[in-house]
Amino acid sequence: MKLSVLLFGIARDIVGDRNISVDLPENENVAGLLNYLRNKYPSFNDLQSLFVAVNDTYAKSEQVLHEDDEIALIPPVSGG
Amino acid sequence: MEIYQEIHVTENALEVEKAYVNVQAGNTGAVNIFVGTVRNKTDSRNVVNLEYEAYEGMAIKEMRKIAEEATTKWPIEKIIIHHRVGKLRVGEATVIIAVSTPHRHDSFEACRYIIDALKKSVPIWKKEIFEDGEEWVSAHP
Repeated sequence: MKLSVLLFGIARDIVGDRNISVDLPENENVAGLLNYLRNKYPSFNDLQSLFVAVNDTYAKSEQVLHEDDEIALIPPVSGG
Repeated sequence: MEIYQEIHVTENALEVEKAYVNVQAGNTGAVNIFVGTVRNKTDSRNVVNLEYEAYEGMAIKEMRKIAEEATTKWPIEKIIIHHRVGKLRVGEATVIIAVSTPHRHDSFEACRYIIDALKKSVPIWKKEIFEDGEEWVSAHP
């Protein structure tokens, strides 16, 4: 399945784009996506934290992803 | 209980007085307003600008959650959370948290709770632009 992943802050700088398309097996979960991205872009491993949001909500590692989900990578937040 | 919430992410300059007017309610005896501003230094490096970016839809949803949590903990009448995005200069307001409650103690505690929670979970990112480089805040351990 093809997933589109939105990128913000330092995650956007690391990848060099505002979103990326990722090809993963059906029923892959959040942990699998993170694993794939950490392998492809090793700089993600240097971050303080890295979360995935699915449809505007922080997702747990075991949450299964679908092609029509809005997926975003959430590097360490620093609002305020 | 549904209470008045005014939650915005905006590229426009934040208006503290407007927040004060909007957060007031007849039955409250206390208004507490926190304003975050752009500091001119981090450690010993001179900051020229801050650049904020938000994942807006999710940021608003997370701020609503925080406002609702605060409402269950304190007798809040109204809550305002305004967060600025874009390029800001030293001294400009980055965020306004305003709450009104019947008594002052609750307004202090609620206001602090909201800004602390916002910093932990709301998907907004800040880049410090120094005279000699730039850096995403808190990105690395």
